[in-house]
Amino acid sequence: MGQTTAEKIFAAHLRDEPFPGTKVLNLDRVFCHEITTPVAIADLEWRGKDRVFDAGKIKAVIDHVTPSKDSKTALQAKMLRDWAHRHQIKDFFDVGRNGVCHAIFPEKGYVRPGFTVIMGDSHTCTHGAFGAFAAGVGTTDLEVGILKGVCAFREPTTIRVNLTGILQPGVVAKDVILFVIGQLGVNGATDRVLEFHGPIVEAMSMDARMTLCNMAIEAGGTCGICQPDMTTVDYLWPFIQGEFASRDAALAEYRKWCADGDAVYEKVLTFDVSALEPQVTYGFKPDCVKPVREMAGTKVDQVYIGTCTNGRIEDLRQAAEVLKGRTIADSVRGIVSPATPKIFQEALNEGIIQIFMDAGFCVTNPTCGACLGMSNGVLAEGEVCASTSNRNFNGRMGKGGMVHLMSPASAAAAAVTGVITDARTL
Amino acid sequence: MKKTFGGPAIFLDRADINTDEIIPAKYLTEVTKEALTPYCLEDLKLEGFDPKGEELKRARVVVSRANFGCGSSREHAPWVFEVNDIHTIIAESYARIFRQNMFNCGMLAIELPAAEIQRLFDLEEAAAGRIEIEVHLDRQELVAQAAGRSESFRFEISPFDKALVQAGGWVEYADARY
Repeated sequence: MGQTTAEKIFAAHLRDEPFPGTKVLNLDRVFCHEITTPVAIADLEWRGKDRVFDAGKIKAVIDHVTPSKDSKTALQAKMLRDWAHRHQIKDFFDVGRNGVCHAIFPEKGYVRPGFTVIMGDSHTCTHGAFGAFAAGVGTTDLEVGILKGVCAFREPTTIRVNLTGILQPGVVAKDVILFVIGQLGVNGATDRVLEFHGPIVEAMSMDARMTLCNMAIEAGGTCGICQPDMTTVDYLWPFIQGEFASRDAALAEYRKWCADGDAVYEKVLTFDVSALEPQVTYGFKPDCVKPVREMAGTKVDQVYIGTCTNGRIEDLRQAAEVLKGRTIADSVRGIVSPATPKIFQEALNEGIIQIFMDAGFCVTNPTCGACLGMSNGVLAEGEVCASTSNRNFNGRMGKGGMVHLMSPASAAAAAVTGVITDARTL
Repeated sequence: MKKTFGGPAIFLDRADINTDEIIPAKYLTEVTKEALTPYCLEDLKLEGFDPKGEELKRARVVVSRANFGCGSSREHAPWVFEVNDIHTIIAESYARIFRQNMFNCGMLAIELPAAEIQRLFDLEEAAAGRIEIEVHLDRQELVAQAAGRSESFRFEISPFDKALVQAGGWVEYADARY
């Protein structure tokens, strides 16, 4: 019987099956940031077990609040920093070199097809874009991952999502995943992997695939997974060229992780997205989704472009395309946070930062910041934000604030007009 | 450390109660569990529910609907219950990470079918909110006591989750084994 990608990865990493249905996996990567890791570090110290299983497989970044905004966040940063230095974790990214975890770790080539990855962050599912099994976990799982290099899972079943047709111009990965979440519901994929297939995914860049997989958790999914192909190899090539004789050889190796033709799925969903329009959320759950057209005219106070969902170079290009030669409405504050220093640098070189600044945007350093209401653009009571992030929970970006999730182009259009706008109508 | 389970219950009548409602992100800058104590369910807006009220202070059990704990991976959500002596959640279903975090901390995230959750809510309504739920982990049974009535509910728990609770959590379990 054939296997899904997740089943192959589980089989290859199985360390123990203490009870039927519970699989303890060996981990290839344990990613850490300064919000969920310090408590794990403190607990390990308290237990007299301040050790790491493999400093080379652990990567750490300060990203949620950076540079630190107050004494408490400074302490969190210091705890992570001191720990990274103490254990010679050389892939640690501090102020000046740091970026949003789910953008900077892939950018450094740390995630490969077939890998197992955990992090104390729910959007860890992003890394499934590389054909890896990547799952968000809590601090205790993270702590055991750091100490022992293992994590226990109920083996998830897989829902295969076929995305077919041709996307209309101006419709992008964010619109597709918002639509899919609307179809699945916020717990439609709980304890399941979403395995994405079809010509729409095959045509997507790695940036777009990361956007797609990033939001698997918003349907409850453990991980979103794309099939490794030449796009994956091309993205990783600078990091893997020493390991393979050619790109074809790398592809042949990575294809091992693709789902078998006769793999068994819990469910197969096929969406022809040819007629899909730009999508936006309403209400306080990410499955409350409708076409931007139906929300057009809704006033916004702030526009936020960035995050682990849509802060990559392709996203900034799409927003800049809309903003070029335009200025944002007087009633709106525009904030853009390129997700990593490399993306920031590329955006500078391409003139994108200039376009944002000419339009009237505030350009901030790479950080998670406003997405979860921690810094750099927190909303006041009653304010509305058009955001490229991934979560629209009540109060997410600030108590009493309202968030509408959308694509970078849609967010840019809202900045120009001051109201929710289909960018294609500008 | 092994926990105790059961006691007075508070009922939260809504599906999809998320981690931002349980503990808002602005408190994630704390580096100890204890510092979270005053903020339990602070952003949950629900008719008749007061995050600063006596009912929550008294509660040792939370009963709710489907997809409890969805959203973020923050273990601060189970911790804020833990430091408020709420070691038992009973719901129709959970988000994966929240459920795992509960068991990893040696606490109980018990699932009951929708109809049985409804029976609990009915019982609570009949008793005007005064309801106590005993947890018998050994025989996998809950006993709800309200207004002189007593009803019991069988629950399923995977052997692994049970082992975590009996070990006191995942760190203890993993440390002894790997």
